[in-house]
Amino acid sequence: MSTSRKTGHLTRRQFVAAGALGSAAIATGCAPGKQGNWEFLSEGQARTLAAICDQIVPADDFPSASQAGVLNYIDRQLVRHFRNHQDDYRNGLEQVQAMSRKRFGQDLELLSQPQQLAIVSELSEQDRTFFELVRDHTMEGYYGSPRHGGNRDAVSWRMLGLPEPPPLGRSQYDLGKGSPS
Amino acid sequence: MKRVNAVVIGAGAAGGIVAKELSVAGLSVVLLERGKWYTANDCHKDDLRNQRTTVLGNAFGPEDEGNPRVWVDAKGIARTVLPSEGSYQNNAACVGGGTLSYGAQAWRYLPQDFRMKSTYGAPAGSSLEDWPISYNDLEPFYEKAEYEIGISGDYSGTPFHGPRKRPLPMPPLPPGREFGILEPAAKRLGLHPFHIPMARNSIPYNGRGPCMRCRWCVGFACEVDAKNGSQNTVIPIALNTGNCELRTECMAKEILTDDRGRARGVSYFDENGHLQEQLSDIVIVSGCATESARLLLNSKSRLFPDGLGNRHDQVGRNLQGHHYTGAVGFFDFETYDDVGPGATIAISDYNHGTPGLCGGGMLANEFIRLPIHMIDRLPANTPRWGLGHKQAMRHWHKRTIVIMGPTQQIPTAEGRVTLDPTVKDKWGLPVVRFLGNVHPHTFEIGEVQAKRAQAWLKEAGAVDTSLMSYKAEMVSAGQHQAGTCRMGNDPQCSVVNKNCQIHDVDNLFVIDSSVHVTNGGFNPVLTIMAIAYFASDALVRNWKGTGFRS
Repeated sequence: MSTSRKTGHLTRRQFVAAGALGSAAIATGCAPGKQGNWEFLSEGQARTLAAICDQIVPADDFPSASQAGVLNYIDRQLVRHFRNHQDDYRNGLEQVQAMSRKRFGQDLELLSQPQQLAIVSELSEQDRTFFELVRDHTMEGYYGSPRHGGNRDAVSWRMLGLPEPPPLGRSQYDLGKGSPS
Repeated sequence: MKRVNAVVIGAGAAGGIVAKELSVAGLSVVLLERGKWYTANDCHKDDLRNQRTTVLGNAFGPEDEGNPRVWVDAKGIARTVLPSEGSYQNNAACVGGGTLSYGAQAWRYLPQDFRMKSTYGAPAGSSLEDWPISYNDLEPFYEKAEYEIGISGDYSGTPFHGPRKRPLPMPPLPPGREFGILEPAAKRLGLHPFHIPMARNSIPYNGRGPCMRCRWCVGFACEVDAKNGSQNTVIPIALNTGNCELRTECMAKEILTDDRGRARGVSYFDENGHLQEQLSDIVIVSGCATESARLLLNSKSRLFPDGLGNRHDQVGRNLQGHHYTGAVGFFDFETYDDVGPGATIAISDYNHGTPGLCGGGMLANEFIRLPIHMIDRLPANTPRWGLGHKQAMRHWHKRTIVIMGPTQQIPTAEGRVTLDPTVKDKWGLPVVRFLGNVHPHTFEIGEVQAKRAQAWLKEAGAVDTSLMSYKAEMVSAGQHQAGTCRMGNDPQCSVVNKNCQIHDVDNLFVIDSSVHVTNGGFNPVLTIMAIAYFASDALVRNWKGTGFRS
């Protein structure tokens, strides 16, 4: 979990979110008592989700999903374009933890890599809908545009051998971190 | 509000051209557009939010909030769908319409495409028909579109095109690596590969520079404005005449008629949601096949209880897009050169002439890919997730070529746009309700086309291939939507005459892809533009001062 550059970034984001989404964002993302760095996820949910995402895109010589910021992407969109999936994530993550405790007696993120893989494989068979949702969101966050919080420093593009930033003459304007939509 | 000569509803491929032609001819024009006016600065290169990948919504409209449609599936179950979902069959809602963010393939249809029924006979259950105009009628207007909008390409490699008087105004872009791999393979198969015609500057043209060959092409507004659409060609000319006023974020509610049954203007919601009336001598509907049909159906009155132009229950029928099929080829060498627009090479050998098939379509290599496009396009045995998926992405991303093409659809009367009886949009207007399915013969043609794409890839050296062929259980429309206000000579089974004039309302026109009788085996935009020039020409010739003679 990389949180080093999050604090300042998120303060601005929360400010933008509150302005853009009004009371809805305040009610969900910045609810009183929620201490963490996330707009939607609790710290516990984030740890569980990170474990799932890191089985979907594991680390090798390039970063895993969570190392590349995929949780930023999913969390940010859960109070924006994926608002309709808030309950899916709440219930799905709870279900995964139940599976993990039942089979191995511990939370998913505390298990060994082979055990985590076993749980995520089980999830992909038992609750295909939720798994596919997380799978797609993880792929989007990992391989999509860095402007949405995932694919940190365009790491997946560089992994694929794509020149990043693009060669001189292939970008008229700065690729900068535009405001999230 | 001051009365004008003409109101044009929709500032897309066709509406922009009509507004330009009429305002240059001296008519006063109001051009209404429900979306915004975006520019090159709105490109954003956002892989997840554009007009092709819409997981975070459409970049150029409509937005998901307040713009639902209803889709009735093959089992009769109705679903409310949002603009970012595929079954919504979206086309962009903005100045330029689809032409702001399209891939910009700018094809002429073939002469046979205007005579599909005469050429093949209508398959059972279809509404296949001939156009009331021919390729030769449209040829001068194809040429006008090619020169005014700006098309690059080179047809000289293929005998499969209609007669043309002038070459394209711009040469093709220098060929990329995929062209070099696919061209000799096609020739070995006895095919005739050539450079795709594109509404994209390959050299400076119309005061704008050439394509910079970047990775963010189809689905995006071009960052250097090298892609040519109505928003950066004809609409600025229309505005410069001083005769045309463009009103954005204005949603047409209904076409107003007088007690003699003639159009007298349009009522619309302005950018603040206030209802306005714009009176005019003539009204031109250019909202694209789904929305034009919806507006006519929503324009009910005592004389037109079922909507305008709909006396014979024809408005909304014959909805058709294209049935895209093809194949993915995997190579043991790098095929990817990171040079846009990627799509460069095509064949038209298979558009017509296969015994047993009513037509076909062109095949071309796909636009330059973004990584997000590859996650579900890997070889068939690839794991969907985990280390195996990640390593497959790394291995295949640069070793893949996709060939596909738009199979010409066999239209049916049942594939149609209707109004939903209960669901309304944010303005309170009944929304589009899609009914019907694609004619089964279309799937048969598509299957053959996919195998042809596969054979081409294998000849080019693909070590593995997978077919992209499917049977969708829904009507097909999307960006290539067409057919809902069919052009014809018989008022009983068409909506407009060959000049795009509604049969029983002489000062009301539909000028856009709605009038296409059939939709060719090509991207339709240049034909939409040619028809807009053709119909505008007839309109201006018949224009008498402030009145109109049919």
